[in-house]
Amino acid sequence: MALFEARNLHKRFGRQVVLEDVSLSFEAGRLSGIMGPNGAGKTTCFNVLTGRYAPDRGEVMFEGEAITGMAPRAIAQRGISRSFQVMNLFNDYTALDNVLVALPDIRRRGYDGWSDLSADTAAHDKAAAVLARVGLSGKEPAPAKSLSYGDRRALEIAVALAAEPRLLFLDEPTAGLGSEGMARLSTLIGELKRTLTIVVIEHDMKFLFGLADRISVIHWGQVIAEGTPAELRENRWVQRSTLGRPA
Amino acid sequence: MSTAVRPRTSRLPAPMRVLFAALLTTPLWLTQVGLYQYLALEIMIWMLFALGYNLLLGYAGLPSFGHGAYFGIGAYAFGLLQLKVWPNLWFDLAGAAAIAAILGAVVAAFISHRRGIYYALLTIAFGQVFWFVAVKWHSVTGGEDGLLNLRRLPADFGFVAFDLKSNVALFYFAFGIFAFVVFALWRLVHSPWGRILTAIKQNEMRAAFVGYNVWLYKWLAFTVSAGIAGIAGGLFALAQQSAYPNVMSLHSSGFVVMMVLIGGGLVSFWGPVLGALFFILARDLLGAYTETWLLWYGLLFMAVVLWQPDGIAGLWQRWRRRHRSALRSTPPVAKAV
Repeated sequence: MALFEARNLHKRFGRQVVLEDVSLSFEAGRLSGIMGPNGAGKTTCFNVLTGRYAPDRGEVMFEGEAITGMAPRAIAQRGISRSFQVMNLFNDYTALDNVLVALPDIRRRGYDGWSDLSADTAAHDKAAAVLARVGLSGKEPAPAKSLSYGDRRALEIAVALAAEPRLLFLDEPTAGLGSEGMARLSTLIGELKRTLTIVVIEHDMKFLFGLADRISVIHWGQVIAEGTPAELRENRWVQRSTLGRPA
Repeated sequence: MSTAVRPRTSRLPAPMRVLFAALLTTPLWLTQVGLYQYLALEIMIWMLFALGYNLLLGYAGLPSFGHGAYFGIGAYAFGLLQLKVWPNLWFDLAGAAAIAAILGAVVAAFISHRRGIYYALLTIAFGQVFWFVAVKWHSVTGGEDGLLNLRRLPADFGFVAFDLKSNVALFYFAFGIFAFVVFALWRLVHSPWGRILTAIKQNEMRAAFVGYNVWLYKWLAFTVSAGIAGIAGGLFALAQQSAYPNVMSLHSSGFVVMMVLIGGGLVSFWGPVLGALFFILARDLLGAYTETWLLWYGLLFMAVVLWQPDGIAGLWQRWRRRHRSALRSTPPVAKAV
């Protein structure tokens, strides 16, 4: 059984149909990709899967349980975490604090209004370990807004990782990165892939083909093709679409 | 590792110790600088109100422009409980805080899904509703006259009771409550709850995707803040021996915003303390020279918002940063000299 499944999702904004009969499934322990040109409906699809938008029709299942239309917090509490294409950080907080507030231990104690969070060395060590995992060791005291673009991208992933998810969604993680940043991110996601189930939205085919076990191609709000990177290279729909040929 | 990254928060930080010491010793030096004990009492009550309000504005980023309503509700609740239910100081003060918190909770339930200008407008609207009720419900609130002849009931601790008729005695009684609330607020803003509230202020959407119930945090912040305004309002009614509509007017709501912003509540826990001190002193000292003191204060407020939005506390922080970096860059030989 798939860890996460979306069945026949429909979503429209006014008269504009953005998703039409989209079905996707993501297996545990795999890195799945969602690919498509700009405006194909990838991010809307992500937003529906992670609770930002409720679908007009269709069903979303996680570990066999329906999570359709649930609030983002309820979905996050079930073990699904996500990053954002447009960076969404706690800008005035340090890198460490960004990760700290995302830790499940802190979330569980979220209504504790008396104990001193700065005295919780275990939580701080855990947050520092998450930062180290994404290559941000030594940047703990730096305010998020003062970090370089590449570091902010890494922090975006660190905040998602801090929640100790069973399923991690990454929305266009390469957006705005140069070749060096892409290489660093590729290494990072490759490492995360060993221990996590990951779904990546990406329009950079080279990046995604190098990492994904299986890819779904979305175009005009529909899934037009699915398969392994090798299978998709030969798919005539993919070849004909505006995606071009992968390297 | 983490202890090196983030210093622990002091339970009794230096500004708190200085503030408590300064307040506790006011009977010794206040008259010598030309001021009087009642003024210190009033300043402390406004400090309490402003600190509670800053939980909402400074820490949650929620602009309530009708918060004077909860200050007034506290004052009226204190008076009504004393006159019509049970003239007991503890009961009346606890009731003032509880009623303000409950009404704040009801209002917060309607507005906590909003932010920014819509949130601000709704708080004004609800504030005006409460003010209107206070003015028009004559049989209960006394209308425009308000509730008069409230008594300064003794503080009865069971084994000993203190008379609060003198301003000094009332000041020390109010200080006990003030110190407790300041200490609890300090703990609150440094607790997991407080840190999450500030995270929500910075990015509501991310906080929701990390798993937090954003609405509930905002609701709690408003309720706690209204409860503290209620305690301050109760103490104000006790000090003034009356409760009247002006206490909960838009003026009061505006004053507390000015106190927090001029003091620097957006950058420091202690900003509201500085702001309340500055405001009430300006009112008394400037007011002695001119009836138009509020005009001058308003101009100052505009200048602060335009050129020093971090307020007095921000100015102090900047001076300290410069001072420290100057010390660091001074060569050791020069330091020795």
